[in-house]
Amino acid sequence: MLRQLRTALRTGVVTEPGVPAEAAPLEIVGGRLREEIHRRFKRSLHIRQVDAGSCNGCELEISGLIGPHYDFERFGLHLVASPRHADCLLVTGPVTLNMAEPLRRTWEATPDPKFVVAVGDCGRDGGIFRGSYAVVGGVSSVVPVDAVIAGCPPSPAALLAGLLEAIGRRP
Amino acid sequence: MIGELLAAVLQLVLVGLGAPLLIGIVRTLKARLVGRRGPSPWQPYADLRKLLGKERVVSTTTSWIFAVTPTVLAATMLVSALIVPLVISRPALGFAGNVIVLMYLFLVGAFFLALAGLDAGSAFGGMGSSREVAVAALAEPTIALAVFALAMRAGTINLGGVVERVSADPWLALAPGHLLAFAAFFIVMLAETGRLPVDNPATHLELTMIHEAMVLEYSGPDLAIVEWAAAMKLFLFMSLLANLFFPWGVPTDAGVATLAVGAIVLAAKLTVLAGLLAVMETAMAKLRLFRVPELLAGSFALALLSVTSMFLLR
Amino acid sequence: MTIVTYVLATVVGLAAGFAGVGGMLGVGMSWRLPALLPLGGVSLVLDPLAGVFLAMIGFAAVPASLYALGDPRQARRGRGAYLLFVGAMAVVPLAGNALTFLLAWELMSLASYMLVVHDREAREAIRAAWVYAVMTHAGVVCLIAGMLLLGTWAGSFEVDAWRVAAPGLAAGSRNLVWTLLALGFAVKAGVVPLHVWLPLAHPAAPSHVSALMSGVMIKLGVYGLIRISLDWLGDGPLWWGAVILLAGAVSAMVGVLSAIVDRDLKRVLAFSSIENVGIILIGLGAGVLYHAAGLPALAVIGLTAALYHAVNHTAFKTLLFLGAGAVVHATGTRDMEALGGLIKRMPWTTACFLSGAVAAAALPPLNGFVSEWLTFQALLQNLLIEQPAVNLVFALGIAALALTGGLAVACFVRAFGISFLAVPRSDASAQAHEVPRAPRLAMTMLAVTCLALGLGVTVIVPALARVGTDLVGVVGTLALGDALVLDVSGNFASLSVPVIAVALALAGLGVFGGLVVTGRGRARPYETWSCGRMLQTPRMEYTATAFANPFKRVFDFFYRPVQQIDIAAHPASRLFVQRIDYANPTRSLFDDWLYRPLLAGVNRGVRVVRVLQSGSANLYLTYILLALLVMLVFA
Repeated sequence: MLRQLRTALRTGVVTEPGVPAEAAPLEIVGGRLREEIHRRFKRSLHIRQVDAGSCNGCELEISGLIGPHYDFERFGLHLVASPRHADCLLVTGPVTLNMAEPLRRTWEATPDPKFVVAVGDCGRDGGIFRGSYAVVGGVSSVVPVDAVIAGCPPSPAALLAGLLEAIGRRP
Repeated sequence: MIGELLAAVLQLVLVGLGAPLLIGIVRTLKARLVGRRGPSPWQPYADLRKLLGKERVVSTTTSWIFAVTPTVLAATMLVSALIVPLVISRPALGFAGNVIVLMYLFLVGAFFLALAGLDAGSAFGGMGSSREVAVAALAEPTIALAVFALAMRAGTINLGGVVERVSADPWLALAPGHLLAFAAFFIVMLAETGRLPVDNPATHLELTMIHEAMVLEYSGPDLAIVEWAAAMKLFLFMSLLANLFFPWGVPTDAGVATLAVGAIVLAAKLTVLAGLLAVMETAMAKLRLFRVPELLAGSFALALLSVTSMFLLR
Repeated sequence: MTIVTYVLATVVGLAAGFAGVGGMLGVGMSWRLPALLPLGGVSLVLDPLAGVFLAMIGFAAVPASLYALGDPRQARRGRGAYLLFVGAMAVVPLAGNALTFLLAWELMSLASYMLVVHDREAREAIRAAWVYAVMTHAGVVCLIAGMLLLGTWAGSFEVDAWRVAAPGLAAGSRNLVWTLLALGFAVKAGVVPLHVWLPLAHPAAPSHVSALMSGVMIKLGVYGLIRISLDWLGDGPLWWGAVILLAGAVSAMVGVLSAIVDRDLKRVLAFSSIENVGIILIGLGAGVLYHAAGLPALAVIGLTAALYHAVNHTAFKTLLFLGAGAVVHATGTRDMEALGGLIKRMPWTTACFLSGAVAAAALPPLNGFVSEWLTFQALLQNLLIEQPAVNLVFALGIAALALTGGLAVACFVRAFGISFLAVPRSDASAQAHEVPRAPRLAMTMLAVTCLALGLGVTVIVPALARVGTDLVGVVGTLALGDALVLDVSGNFASLSVPVIAVALALAGLGVFGGLVVTGRGRARPYETWSCGRMLQTPRMEYTATAFANPFKRVFDFFYRPVQQIDIAAHPASRLFVQRIDYANPTRSLFDDWLYRPLLAGVNRGVRVVRVLQSGSANLYLTYILLALLVMLVFA
């Protein structure tokens, strides 16, 4: 216990300041992402991450956001366990047939106002699994999508930049 | 009279508005200790404000008990805020209750929250309720013995009386029995407020949840009230630890200057305790659920030692 | 005819209740009929302590009888026994000599036996009644022996004579009498380990009878213990109080631990009665210890706490049993694993049961909390007795009481939550209907009583304290604060239930009002969050067995659970599982370690003695001749 404390105090804070600008972080789909979302969620956004059949590549990148280097909590973003507590659904994966209904129920269970961000090329339109018999084809075919962060997988920096732009918080 | 009213209002304001700040401070300290910048200490206020504006999604299997529970939780915490000596040794409702009343008021909240967890009709809620009442029940004997230890020295269990007795003789706070009772009560605080190593407040794995599992169904303003009540519970428990066991600087009479001093001293003590909590939470991993009774048995042993020590060194 | 009987029972109850209150307030009375029966005849005396218990009996009989009026068909069988039961119970506290007491006691036991066997065809009911009859008569044997010895040594079978003669008795004989009588009363009160009849008999009897048995009859055991420890036998040694306190602590913990794991709703309530009798005895034991140590003011507090908890327990346990009866009536089952969702089908019963559950869990501001709080105050001041052994006993009592309080909360969260909330777990529960008006009225009366007993602390405690001072012999009255605040022992502790209740109500209204005014009241209904799973059935709900699992794990040295798994596989291959039956029953410590060896020993002894009963008339004549010779020579 003491050794861990000593290491912690000696290492200090390693979070990278600001957010590096990335090319093509966010595509806004539809007109819902507007002033109201910016006003409500600028300081506090609770995100429920839904894995709709992803290969987990995007999940690994999302988990990078939680760590000390990117630390999205300093911007007021927070991952939650229940969609009832969430404002934003961060959906990964091409939406397999078996996950279509659960994804829709998750969306229904989230209280308004809410918005959906589809992550990765799979989330956008099915990615490399597009056209497969087991896949519905992109998150927008199941729930209304407000923004897409493309990439395969998108880096944590891209994810962070995209999310911050979605809530109108360009640092 | 005016002084008492001022003290009561100040206590309500401190607890009601200051509790989220306490949670925020603990969170920021924990983040810094693991090398993150972490959220700002004011983040819980932003979270609560946002939640108040959200829609309420209510499960069709629930009943009026689910709807009434957030109000009951908040009400018991607000009433407790007027019984615990925060900025004055005898607050407005101090005559109406004592430590035992306080513990049972907290149990009222736990009772209704456990019922709300069962009301949802899901396995998560039931599991959370079952674990929550098990932990609360096993913490009770420690509290009773710690109260006995304090009563031994102070000759009363009225919170104001205990505070004044130890204030009158400051070195009493460092007696071995007293320190043992503090340690026992600290462990009980961890158990009752759902902090590591008993329960991880930031977990996402339902199988590791105790308190969070019961609130999975709450959304919007209900969730805001439930989170606020949980923050107030932590604030009150830590204030009890600070002011019952180390009541240096708790004023006995109400005047604007003395109340201000009381508030500042309380803030300082709470910051120290928040630091201690953050260090402990960072350094220790969560205990497996069926190891928690061993931890609580350990706290009971500490309380028993404290009573014995107070008895022998009378 | 049925209705007449129960209305008569109600009237008798009301009369007894008011007579009891009169007795409490000091209106004494005595009534003798010496010529009627041998050994002193019938003698009835009403003093304050008898008044308290008479009031309890009377005022509990009223809602129980009203409840029975709700289903006259079902209540027809056993109505005579019920009337006899209520009448006999009312006479017990009034008894002024040994004969009246024993007669009333035995009539009460017989009447309740007949009521337990109400459902004559059920094997469980027959066994329950059998165990009940054996245990209660074992207790009566002890009572008869004790009273006969006391009467012989004191020279008379009148209670007044006992009081006078008691200080003159040798310590050994007084202790012997106390032990015998205490055993007899402990059986009736359901003190561990003599409690085995309670969880069998109370669920088997019809609900209004269970309510009276649990709410009132076991209190008469407590009444007896109060009488022998503080009244009939004068001042006793310290160990009387210590034994009562420790027995109470053990009963309380065993009771609540057994209640948490049981799946029969009425048996949970029966075990909870054992727990509450334990709490009453903790208070009584403290009172008796303080009395023996020469601290009468604290003795009064202990005694008041015991009496108050007895009254409170009557109120909320009667309510809970009537509520459970309503559930059984509506769904046809007592098994919690088959209940659920009743809050939507039976809202009134649910609200009443919730009040009973909150009171039983000892939560403020209802009555259960106040008496438990007062018991704590009696225990916490034990340092005024300067004996480490006694202080240790008290410390154990404090820890036991606190643990019991916490476990009781868990027990009633489980009992209420699983039975009434969420979704029905079976068809029986899904088709439940609300009960008729009479049972609802009975339950509402009791719920209001629970609230009144909690809020009216400052009125009730002084009244009960007066009974206590009368018994313990304290001169003058204790200072107990003013109209709003109860002060215990000067400034040791203070409590104001009305203030807390009002503060809670105001705070609750404030929070609720704030929510409504800011327009957040709107809600959107949707299904429970279950990870988006598509098949959400009542099977996904938490079960009563699962809820009790953490406790089974923590206290496994007490429960000694046995895991039984039966896996039925498809005949084609054992890899295709068709059905899994899982059971995790607990084993009773007392059955295995006490009763089974005891009964085995008795059986062995009986087999030896049976040689005497050879069936040969010549041998029996020889016995008569021998007995005659012995009597002629030695008498």
